[in-house]
Amino acid sequence: MTTTSSDANTTATSLNVAALRADFPILSRTVRDGKPLVYLDSGATSQRPRQVLDAERKFLETSNAAVHRGAHQLSEEATDAYEHARARIAEFVGANPDELVFTKNATEGINLVAYAMSNAATAGAGSERFKVGPGDEIVITEMEHHANLVPWQQLCQRTGATLRWFSLDDDFRLDLSNLDELVNERTKIVAFTHQSNVLGTVNPVAPIVKRAKEVGALTLLDACQSVPHFPVDFHALGVDYAVFSGHKMLAPSGIGVLYGRHELLEAMPPFLTGGSMIELVTLERTTFAPPPQKFEAGVPMTSQAVGLGAAVDYLSAIGMDRIEAHEHTLTEAAVAGLAEIDGVRLIGPSEAKDRGATIAFVVDGVHPHDAGQVLDSLGIAVRVGHHCAWPLHRVCKVPATVRATFYLYNDLSEVDKLVAGVREAQKFFGVA
Amino acid sequence: MNLEGMYQDIILDHYKNPHGRGLRDPFDAESFQVNPTCGDEVTLRLKLDGEKVADVSYEGQGCSISQASVSVLTDLVVGHTVGEALKTMDAFVELMQGRGQVEPDEDVLEDGIAFAGVAKYPARVKCALLGWMAFKDALVKTEGVKA
Repeated sequence: MTTTSSDANTTATSLNVAALRADFPILSRTVRDGKPLVYLDSGATSQRPRQVLDAERKFLETSNAAVHRGAHQLSEEATDAYEHARARIAEFVGANPDELVFTKNATEGINLVAYAMSNAATAGAGSERFKVGPGDEIVITEMEHHANLVPWQQLCQRTGATLRWFSLDDDFRLDLSNLDELVNERTKIVAFTHQSNVLGTVNPVAPIVKRAKEVGALTLLDACQSVPHFPVDFHALGVDYAVFSGHKMLAPSGIGVLYGRHELLEAMPPFLTGGSMIELVTLERTTFAPPPQKFEAGVPMTSQAVGLGAAVDYLSAIGMDRIEAHEHTLTEAAVAGLAEIDGVRLIGPSEAKDRGATIAFVVDGVHPHDAGQVLDSLGIAVRVGHHCAWPLHRVCKVPATVRATFYLYNDLSEVDKLVAGVREAQKFFGVA
Repeated sequence: MNLEGMYQDIILDHYKNPHGRGLRDPFDAESFQVNPTCGDEVTLRLKLDGEKVADVSYEGQGCSISQASVSVLTDLVVGHTVGEALKTMDAFVELMQGRGQVEPDEDVLEDGIAFAGVAKYPARVKCALLGWMAFKDALVKTEGVKA
């Protein structure tokens, strides 16, 4: 178990952010002529604590080998480390180890399901429930990241199925008033985000899952912005599939997770085929290994999986409920602080309830790129643009937004710096 | 970082009071360009009169850099021959891709020299080149220039 050097100094309810930041070497650097870094872009990628970096290095210096191959000691140790990481990550998200497939990232996890559904057309007996064709419908939402939109659009184009979506209400939350009409007997899968990567909106999972079950549709939850930020239990949520990415939760890039209920992973045809994922191969035909190996073709990423395991240990030692509470405090402060500025409009729910620490906004008279440039000059790293959610920006009738995202290592002083920086941008462009 | 180094007054002036803005008829070719990472976009129309660039008209939305750059573009190319316009474009592209190491020639680039500071910020170079890419694409479409 990784120890968190900061944890001893914290109380049961609040995080000792100053102590915790010492675990993240990058946070002490300066940028742009000596400005302390204010990192508010964890929604794009998070920073990594020493404990994660050390775990990766230790694995590579002592046990590195190709997993699930060979009988030598290093191979055994590497396989143990890889599978042990899977088990810890599974426990962290309320799943069984054999329900977690390691992928390159969340995007690959979604594509895996979409392509498996394509492959079901020719996969033979047992895969009927995954087949998609003309007349079938796939349901997403207007607030999806391109990763949970384009693969489904493409699946519809390949199969002749129809793509449909939930709209937003006036407070940037999902409008579920047409749930029963939208999710119906023709629906094959409902793919939706747990927390919007732009709006911060946390979507209600239960009613969507309930309706999907009633009509026999599958569900896939994009948990990229939820698993890193609050306690998530896939079994309790009852979703069929879920995806998340390591690099957004203090872990390395190049590792993501697809969760699938075991019974579904058993029946679903594979996406990528080749080494590792087989049971028996002849020149004529191949049978597949049981899941999750069936979906992990080729030598997998290993130190990255070990790193994700260490990140999960780090987050668990702090406690996801405490991280959630901490981020809620920052969200309340940021929403209130930005709302006080004339000419700033939040693109997201007006209240911090059911809302994550993802704060998107526009500044009248200052294009997001230009606002971001002023913030950057002050050492404040935010994201500008459409954040891989272009349709959502069209729905919100803005070409782009500024997005600040907070994580466990951010504190209230950084909220103040953001708010002051936005005022500075207004001043620089002569709109305040 | 020196914000004023990037946002020269010339750039802010063009942003607030763009030259030649609006889509006009007649035109020989139109090009729509978009920066997929941020959504900045420009639609540019080109009217040639023999070898001369008779008019460039455009609409767009985006940051100050992308919109000021297309405004400066109209000043630099309208009334000039296609050959001259392409030489100017090459000089501007060289400046923007120079990471701040290229000394701009004011005789060639006029207000365009104000973008020298932008060249130090790789993330913004695409913004500055968006309008020029539309101009080049429109030229190719008129078949006045080989792709």
